[in-house]
Amino acid sequence: MPASAEKYLEVQRSEEFAQLRHRLRRYIFPTTVAFIVWYALYVLLSAYARDFMAVKLIGNVNVALVFGLLQFVSTFLIAWHYSRYAAKELDPLADDLHATLENGAVETAATTTDGGKA
Amino acid sequence: MAPQILAAEASASGSRTLTITLFLVFVAITLGITIWASRQTKTATDFYAGGRQFSGFQNGMAIGGDYMSAASFLGIAGLIALYGYDGFLYSIGFLVAWLVALLLVAEFLRNSGRFTMADVLAFRMRQRPVRTAASVSTIVVSVFYLIAQMVGAGALVSLLLGIKPDTTFLGMDANTAKIATIILVGALMIIYVTVGGMKGTTYVQIVKAFMLMTGALIMVLLVLAHYKFNLSALLGAAAEQSGKGSAFLEPGLRYGVETAGDAAKTFYSKMDLLSLGLALVLGTAGLPHILTRFYTVPTSRIARKSVLWAIGIIGTFYLFTLALGFGAAAIVGGADITAQDKAGNTAAPQLAQQLGLDYLGGETGGAIMLAVIAAVAFATILAVVAGLTLASSSSLAHDFYASVIKRGNASERDEVRVARYSALLIGAISIALSIFAQSLNVAFLVALAFAVAASANLPAILYSLFWRRFNTSGALWSIYGGLASAVILVFFSPVVSGSATAMFPDSDWHFFPLSNPGIISIPLGFFFGWLGTILSKETDPEKYAELEVRSLTGHGAH
Repeated sequence: MPASAEKYLEVQRSEEFAQLRHRLRRYIFPTTVAFIVWYALYVLLSAYARDFMAVKLIGNVNVALVFGLLQFVSTFLIAWHYSRYAAKELDPLADDLHATLENGAVETAATTTDGGKA
Repeated sequence: MAPQILAAEASASGSRTLTITLFLVFVAITLGITIWASRQTKTATDFYAGGRQFSGFQNGMAIGGDYMSAASFLGIAGLIALYGYDGFLYSIGFLVAWLVALLLVAEFLRNSGRFTMADVLAFRMRQRPVRTAASVSTIVVSVFYLIAQMVGAGALVSLLLGIKPDTTFLGMDANTAKIATIILVGALMIIYVTVGGMKGTTYVQIVKAFMLMTGALIMVLLVLAHYKFNLSALLGAAAEQSGKGSAFLEPGLRYGVETAGDAAKTFYSKMDLLSLGLALVLGTAGLPHILTRFYTVPTSRIARKSVLWAIGIIGTFYLFTLALGFGAAAIVGGADITAQDKAGNTAAPQLAQQLGLDYLGGETGGAIMLAVIAAVAFATILAVVAGLTLASSSSLAHDFYASVIKRGNASERDEVRVARYSALLIGAISIALSIFAQSLNVAFLVALAFAVAASANLPAILYSLFWRRFNTSGALWSIYGGLASAVILVFFSPVVSGSATAMFPDSDWHFFPLSNPGIISIPLGFFFGWLGTILSKETDPEKYAELEVRSLTGHGAH
């Protein structure tokens, strides 16, 4: 289906798509690196910095427990922040491109429904 | 002193009857839903993807239902009850893992695939080899996981129903009861999947997640009330009761154990901790039964929303297990837990019984709480095995039968019929393997399933979605390479032979020192994917353009 293949290449090369990809990758890749490093730090401290993890902060609550709970907090925060970022920065662009593709894809609609997988 | 389960035979038999009654009520409700769902299941989309009509909250609950296995509920609570802080390490890995699914996988998979993981992997590759590979790794991951759950169910039933080695239940001794449980669980999961398809299975997950969260919440509130909502007091009591003092609240009793005077052993133990941590955090987004969940919602936005709900539900649940584990350590006590089960799997039910005894009207209250939590545990196992069976039979039918054998020329009707037979076949094989394995220690299979998912599936998924150059050869290398690395390393590790807790404790052919292969096999999976790719000249920029545009915009999504 050369017509729709051409269409996808055209969209892929477009300014607007480059913008969407840039905004997406600029967010998801550094965030992934950040939370994996943050998690690795926690696991490494659990393995090698036992004295530090054992320091008591309030009553019986020690650094290890607080660090563990902070992993929960950071996970919730990243999830929440990503959903806001995506709704504001990614979804409108994706919708625009989607609409462009739909409008221009009338003649190739029949060939795209199976995703070209057959 | 806390009484052990069954200390009083009279209340025990009452509790046992109640457990069975509650469990039968759950089975009756879920079978009713399954039959209702079967009437709504007409197309392949209904069978594989539940008609793609679930809401974000419904699918989030169902993801929680698929993910919070008995290993999470009973296993982690037990680990914390016996080893304190180290059980918490597990929960954290299991939770943080969801960020990989949220940021890198869920939406793109939903936009570009149809029914299975292989839809995305094979998108721009040669269909037959890639679908075969994806099908193999899907079935390996799911069946390993399945066997661990079913063997666990067999072991649990005698504990939860209190069948001791020298007593009988309905004329069955403990061993017969184990086998009967495995067959019963297997038969029910086959019915859910073949009759209800994804729609029925999803509702089973939702009901189970609701029961599990409610049961856990009640226990958590009672535990916290017992310590007047003072976390420090709960921790202090747990540490004191454990007999290990403040070490109980610190990492190191179970993972990364320091053996004085044995530097090598200490080193390997710590490497094992890092390896486990890596497999936990990278495995989730490669589990086929989790990936297929993203297809049950109408759009990628709702897939995103369902992951957000799942993170909230699963995170809350793991915070609950923290209170349950320390609560069991403080209120029941380690000695009474190990007297019941050495692995600590009965910590949560024992805690339930004690809380009922103290706060909900004595003996009767204790029996009721025990019965409720035991029934929740059974429901948990049943729902998880159903999800696993569905994912593997979908892959067998959609990837292997329709694309490889029939070369894409199977009718929808035909494909769904094959999917139902596949569920029967996979279910029957799992029952047989589980019965064979029930006397062996197969707890490591869950960790192995995560390691294979992280080493074989995740590299292939990420390269597929984000690397233009990736090709058929790369996909095959990463799947088979990652799969083989993980399985071979585990086969030669101390969990299979050469240690007291091994699957075959009397033999010794191990040479790999770690029980979790992740730290080696995950980088190998990524490396093989890269190597396989550059060794082949194949590239298809047009298909990558289609995949990239569709995965980011949702154009042409099913």
